[in-house]
Amino acid sequence: MSQLPNNFGFADPEQIADTTRELTYIAAISEALREEMRRDPNVFVMGEDIGGTFGGAFKVTKGFTDEFGEKRVLNMPMAELGFVGAATGMALMGLRPVIEMQFADFISTAFDSIVQFAATNHYRWGAAVPWVIRAPSDGGLRSGPFHSQNPEAWFVHTPGLKVVAPATPADAKGLLLAAIRDDNPVIYFESKPLYRSEKGYVPPGDYVVPIGQANLARTGNDLSIITYGAQVREALTAAEQLAVEDIDVEVLDLRTLKPLDTEAILTTARKTGKVLIVHSANRLVGVGAEVAAIISDQAFEWLDAPIRRLGGLDTPIPFSPPLEDAYRPNAAKIVQMAKELAAF
Amino acid sequence: MSNYSLTRDQKLEIYYWMRLTRTFDDIAVAYWKQGRGVGGMFSERGHEAISVGTGYALAPEDVVAPLHRDLGCYLLRGLTLRRVFSNLLGRATGTNAGRDANMHGSGDMSLNLVGFISHLPQTVPVALGVAMSFVYRNEPRVAMTYIGDGSTSAGLFHETLNMAAVFNAPLVLIVENNQYAYSTPLVQQMKIPDIATRAAGYGIPGNIVEGNDVEAVYAVTKEAVERARAGGGPTLIEAKTMRMMGHAIHDGAEYVPRELLAEWERKNPVILFEQQLLAQGLTDQEELDEIKHRCEIEVTDAIEYAEKAPLPDPATVEQGVYAE
Ligand SMILES: Cc1ncc(C[n+]2csc(CCOP(=O)(O)OP(=O)(O)O)c2C)c(N)n1
Ligand SMILES: [Mg+2]
Repeated sequence: MSQLPNNFGFADPEQIADTTRELTYIAAISEALREEMRRDPNVFVMGEDIGGTFGGAFKVTKGFTDEFGEKRVLNMPMAELGFVGAATGMALMGLRPVIEMQFADFISTAFDSIVQFAATNHYRWGAAVPWVIRAPSDGGLRSGPFHSQNPEAWFVHTPGLKVVAPATPADAKGLLLAAIRDDNPVIYFESKPLYRSEKGYVPPGDYVVPIGQANLARTGNDLSIITYGAQVREALTAAEQLAVEDIDVEVLDLRTLKPLDTEAILTTARKTGKVLIVHSANRLVGVGAEVAAIISDQAFEWLDAPIRRLGGLDTPIPFSPPLEDAYRPNAAKIVQMAKELAAF
Repeated sequence: MSNYSLTRDQKLEIYYWMRLTRTFDDIAVAYWKQGRGVGGMFSERGHEAISVGTGYALAPEDVVAPLHRDLGCYLLRGLTLRRVFSNLLGRATGTNAGRDANMHGSGDMSLNLVGFISHLPQTVPVALGVAMSFVYRNEPRVAMTYIGDGSTSAGLFHETLNMAAVFNAPLVLIVENNQYAYSTPLVQQMKIPDIATRAAGYGIPGNIVEGNDVEAVYAVTKEAVERARAGGGPTLIEAKTMRMMGHAIHDGAEYVPRELLAEWERKNPVILFEQQLLAQGLTDQEELDEIKHRCEIEVTDAIEYAEKAPLPDPATVEQGVYAE
């Protein structure tokens, strides 16, 4: 990674001047893939239904077979355990597979190939496994228990993996490029609820968002919300509402879940002294638990209130709208908890 | 098959690797029984013709992922006895410097060797991926790996062979049918007599070979390897043999009928090959003894080397989790 230019936002002055260039979150993912496949012949995509004229369940690779041919757009039989294992073999030979899970929920089917083989390989005998799994995650879309999951904690718990979860179109592109160029297996959790509803400026051309760097999405003084993925947007919405009531909220977008940006976490915790951690995944033993532990270990004297966490309930993710809304964090729930924390 | 006949020198080379494998096994088993080993250890006794005969059929540029009973394959690919025994003793000079146990993780891409993990048969799809990389890059190379009879019950066997067929991948999969998966005999694993017949379900060739006859193993493997190299796709080869010791060193294998072991001891692959070489008039007992002696010296050297080698520094325990 270190040899790569960290020129995020400063790519090409002429193009950067065009600040009106807006892409949806999903278009940014597609653009990153397409540009990287043009740049590096070792990069290719594989997954279910991604090829031909279809282009994947979410159309991220639509048109890719036309441009890159069938050799670089591998339509796989429905066998995640096997084809993630195959991706590991291809990566061992120096290729850079980008695997599309049709939904993040199905990643459990490939668990052994990820956490046992790929993740341990470099530690065991020193051979790198540079693949990326794109995992379309998160809910709020009335898709029920098996098309709404956020299984990131399993992988954050696994030595040898890196885990990222972009919240904006610009980060979606820059983190995907960083993930592809990283020499380790990276799980890239993209948020389905952001796909077409989240739009923003995306720098044209080549840039990376370095793995391991959080982003201060909003500065404030009264309390810190630490979050990632689709909950960044909820937190920012909540922050607007809280500002009306004179509660000045800072929002830290983690962007990378493994390795965590400990410095950024401690800096915001020490600044405001009050921390609310939010994620869509169920709260129990979630990423937020580790973030809270880091803060209580290393910023205890700065805290003015207990660390609060808001996550999904410890249930499967229900389908019917009132049930899913009861399950899942959102801006209104964040406002409620933030007010209580501010008043502590 | 006759296209792939072996010269005298090649046959003696094969004999050397088989004998080295058996000598290593004899000495290592004794070492562990004396309580001098570290952790567990797998005997490959009975598998010498398979691991050497298949490995010998590969070209140096081909890639292979051997398993726990394939010492001969590792050795003939260039993994030294010193590195192997160092690893068995958890030394810093071992194949993976004490990161992984016994033959696990004995990978070295400079030797085109992929290290296996315990989860069986996880190596099979990885070898498929290696084969798919050759298709991707238009390289005339072949990937080969192994699977035990027991591990063919796992879904990955099916997933991988199906995908290998769909992608016409240059993959050769060797089933080492040694009649047991730990304590479980074949009859409790499957209802068919021959695993190779499953190949028909994927539309690929399936061959059965007498796994204790190294020349037969070599010939059938060589044919599959060269077919794969020429674009002919994957092959499943079932080599029938017998696991002559317990599952691992701790296991006395009381559950295996002694008559079965006695029957297979008469087909000892190393002795069988010696008899073939003598019958073919290619060598004499003196030369065979000389090779045997050389093997003993090499194994003894590896043990002495490993015993003197440094243990890994605990300060390095967190190193290497990630590629930098
Ligand atoms: C997924 C998995 N489950 C259980 C084990 C424990 N185990 C190791 S070897 C083995 C039996 C394997 O039998 P087989 O595939 O026939 O190979 P063999 O040891 O006989 O050569 C078992 C159960 C394992 N390694 N992997
Ligand atoms: Mg067996």
